[in-house]
Amino acid sequence: MERAVDKTGIKIGMWIFLYSEIILFGGLFVLYAVYFHNFPGDFAVAGEELNRLFGTLNTVVLLVSSFTVAASITAVQRRRTGQAVGLLLFSLGCGLVFLINKYFEWGAKFEHGLYPNSDRLFEADPGFAIFFGLYYTITGLHGLHVIIGMVLLTVSLVMVLRGRVDHQRYALLENSGLYWHLVDLIWIYVFPLFYLVL
Amino acid sequence: MMEEQEQAHQLSYRFLALILGGLLALTGVTVAVSYVDWGFLNVPISLFVASSKATLVLLFFMHIKYEGMAIKVSFISTVLFLAIMISFTFWDVAFR
Repeated sequence: MERAVDKTGIKIGMWIFLYSEIILFGGLFVLYAVYFHNFPGDFAVAGEELNRLFGTLNTVVLLVSSFTVAASITAVQRRRTGQAVGLLLFSLGCGLVFLINKYFEWGAKFEHGLYPNSDRLFEADPGFAIFFGLYYTITGLHGLHVIIGMVLLTVSLVMVLRGRVDHQRYALLENSGLYWHLVDLIWIYVFPLFYLVL
Repeated sequence: MMEEQEQAHQLSYRFLALILGGLLALTGVTVAVSYVDWGFLNVPISLFVASSKATLVLLFFMHIKYEGMAIKVSFISTVLFLAIMISFTFWDVAFR
């Protein structure tokens, strides 16, 4: 006799949490919209400091990792545990590559004296400083989400290996996947706003 | 018996790869387009492409297309709320 599992309820619960995440980042995008409107010139100058190549590379890495996470769920449904493990490991690798890129990117900014409260930003035009305030807040919060997503994927991976997540019960993997896709979703908007439009 | 009711929906690797292909193509488009100055259209164009990508991720990777009404309706409500939050704040600032 199996304990009844409310699959729909588990999923709706996760989605409700994701809505709160969407609104959290949405608030930051409101700030971006308002300050971009107030300081279009400063934002354009500040945007020149960002490296499009870094941004594009990270976008591709996250999109590919979203694909492998989605594919890992298919693998679990098909009872291909080996494939699921491989796909999840690859996704975790993508997350790591993303964070390493971010480390070098932020490092390069620090080299140029662009970090919160730096002398250069202190003396710069207001919009220029605000742009980097938003840049560090949004990419920092997003980076934190990448780390949390990797923890969730790791837990799911361990559960797949232990056979606790299988073709009958994989809500944990599904919900971790949803979280990971949300992180990807946020980045899809962060990327053009910071790296492209300016 | 109950399980048969909620027949888990499977997406093939091929189909998921196709979606990824679309996402990467759109990324290429948005980067290529960013090198051209479209004037005031810069932001709308890149946000439109971003929203197309977001739609693909939501519908297929996040499975919304195959969910029930509760998730579909609540998600659309969230998006509407976000749109109101951003646009009303923005109008307040823009036309002050």
